[in-house]
Amino acid sequence: MKPFTYARPNSAAEAVKAFAAAGRDARYIAGGTTLYDLMKLGIERPEHLIDVTAIRGLDRIETGGDRLRFEALAPMSAVAADPVVGRDYPVLAEALAKAASQQLRNMATVGGNLLQRTRCLYFRNGAGNPSSVGVYPCNKREPGAGCAAIGGLDRGQAVLGQSEACTAVSPGDWPVALTAMDAAVEVLGPSGARAIPIAELYRLPGATPHLEFMLAPGEMITAITVPKTPAGRRSTYHKIRDRESYAFALASAAVALEMEGERVTRAHIALGGVATRPWRATEAEQMLAGQPLTAAVSLAAGRAAFAGARPGRHNGFKIELGARTVADALMIAARRSA
Amino acid sequence: MPRKIRFKLNGRAVSTDVMPHETIVDMLTQHFDLTGARESCGQGLCGCCTVHVDEKPVSGCLSLAWFLDGANVRTIEGLADGDNLDPVQQAFIETGAFQCGFCTPGFIMMTKKLIEQHPKPTDDEIRHYLTGNLCRCSAYPEIIEAVKLAASRVGLRN
Repeated sequence: MKPFTYARPNSAAEAVKAFAAAGRDARYIAGGTTLYDLMKLGIERPEHLIDVTAIRGLDRIETGGDRLRFEALAPMSAVAADPVVGRDYPVLAEALAKAASQQLRNMATVGGNLLQRTRCLYFRNGAGNPSSVGVYPCNKREPGAGCAAIGGLDRGQAVLGQSEACTAVSPGDWPVALTAMDAAVEVLGPSGARAIPIAELYRLPGATPHLEFMLAPGEMITAITVPKTPAGRRSTYHKIRDRESYAFALASAAVALEMEGERVTRAHIALGGVATRPWRATEAEQMLAGQPLTAAVSLAAGRAAFAGARPGRHNGFKIELGARTVADALMIAARRSA
Repeated sequence: MPRKIRFKLNGRAVSTDVMPHETIVDMLTQHFDLTGARESCGQGLCGCCTVHVDEKPVSGCLSLAWFLDGANVRTIEGLADGDNLDPVQQAFIETGAFQCGFCTPGFIMMTKKLIEQHPKPTDDEIRHYLTGNLCRCSAYPEIIEAVKLAASRVGLRN
C-alpha cells in the first residue's frame, strides 16, 4: 500500500482546514469500509487521510420537527434501528438493513455510504488486486484506458444511464431510498456550508466516469435531511439479488405512496442495481398519479421506469426483473397502512 | 510514522505504536499475539476478523488500528474466564458447530451480540444477523442450533 500521512481533527471546520493543507491527494475517512478496501486493492491511493471519527456531535439522529436529519457520522446500524425511522419510514430502515453485514453497518456511516464506489468487477480488477486473474482497462480507475465491461462479462452492469465510457452500476441501497424521498445533503468545504438535493450529488458517467460526485475538493458531507411526508409509512425498499442475504442488488426499488382509497395521489420511486447513479423513475411516478393501484397498473409503471433502458450482452434480464421489482414494491407499499 | 494508541484490550489497559496502514487484525496478531481474529477475505465479506469495539462487532480487517485509540476492544481470547468457557463457546462445542474452526471465532463474537439483541432468536433473525459470516465447511445448521442453545442458557442465567 502506498504510504500516507494522517490527521485526526476534532471538529468539522478543522477537518476542512486539514484537507486544504494536505492538498488534492487527501481523503476523508470515517468507517473506511469502501476507502480502505480500495486502498488494499491499490485503486484508491491517497497520500493523506483525514480521520473524521474523532469529531464530536456529528452523529446525531433527529426525528422531531418537519424533517428527519441524520448527521454524517451516525452508523448505518444506528439509523436502521431508530424506532421512528422504522415505523414512519420503512423504506429508509429497510434500505439500511439490507445493505452489507451487521459488522459493516456498525462501521460504515450514513454520510460515507453515499460515496460508496462501484462494485464493477473490471473496476476492482486493477494491478493491485491480489486475486485478480488479469488487469482490465477501466476508465473509472484510469481515465482514457477504455472499458472492458462493455462487450465483456456485463451481467451486473447498468441498463440505465450508461455511456460509451462506462456501464458501472451505482452500488448503494441507502442512496436509492434517499433519492426516492427527496433527501438533501449538507456539506462543508473550503468555501463554507451548503445544502444540495441528493439528485444533484451524483453525476452520470458520460465521458468522465472517474468523476462520480458533485463535491468540490475538500467538501465533506456533514448531514442528510429528509422532508417528512405522509408517504413515509406506505413505503418499502425491495431488493432482488442472487442470494437473499449480503449481496448487491441486481435490481431494487425504493417506493413510497400517498393514496386516497385505492387511488395513488403521489408516488415516489427510485431504482438501484440497474443504473449508473441512484435513478429516479419520474415517468413511472407521473404515470401512477391518479391511478387505482392494481397489479396491472403496477406492472405498467414498472415497465415505464425502464422505457429508456438499453441492455448490454448479458444483462438484458435486468429490464424485466427491474420492472417486476418496481411492480412488487408498489404492491408491498400499498398494503401498508398510512 | 508510527503513532501511539491507548485502549482497553479484553479488560486490560494497553498501549502500542501502530503504523497508519495497520488494521486491527494486523495489530492484534503482531503486537499482542492474539490470533483468534484472522484475515480471510480481506474485504469484510466473511466475518473471520470480527472483534467487538465499544461493544459493537466490526470487521477487523477493514478497520484501521489507530481508530482504536480510547476504545474498548474485546476479542475471542477475552471471552472465557480461565478454564470456564463462555456459554456461546460451550454451545458451539456441544452442537458441533464447526469443523476446521477457522471461521468460529467470528461466529462466536457475532453470536454474543446476537443473543443480547435477540434473547430468543428465530431462524430468520439468526440468518440475518450472521449474514456477514461465512463457514466454508458449511456447518450452518449446527451453528443455528448453537445460537439457540447459547441463547436458552444465557436466558436461564439472567
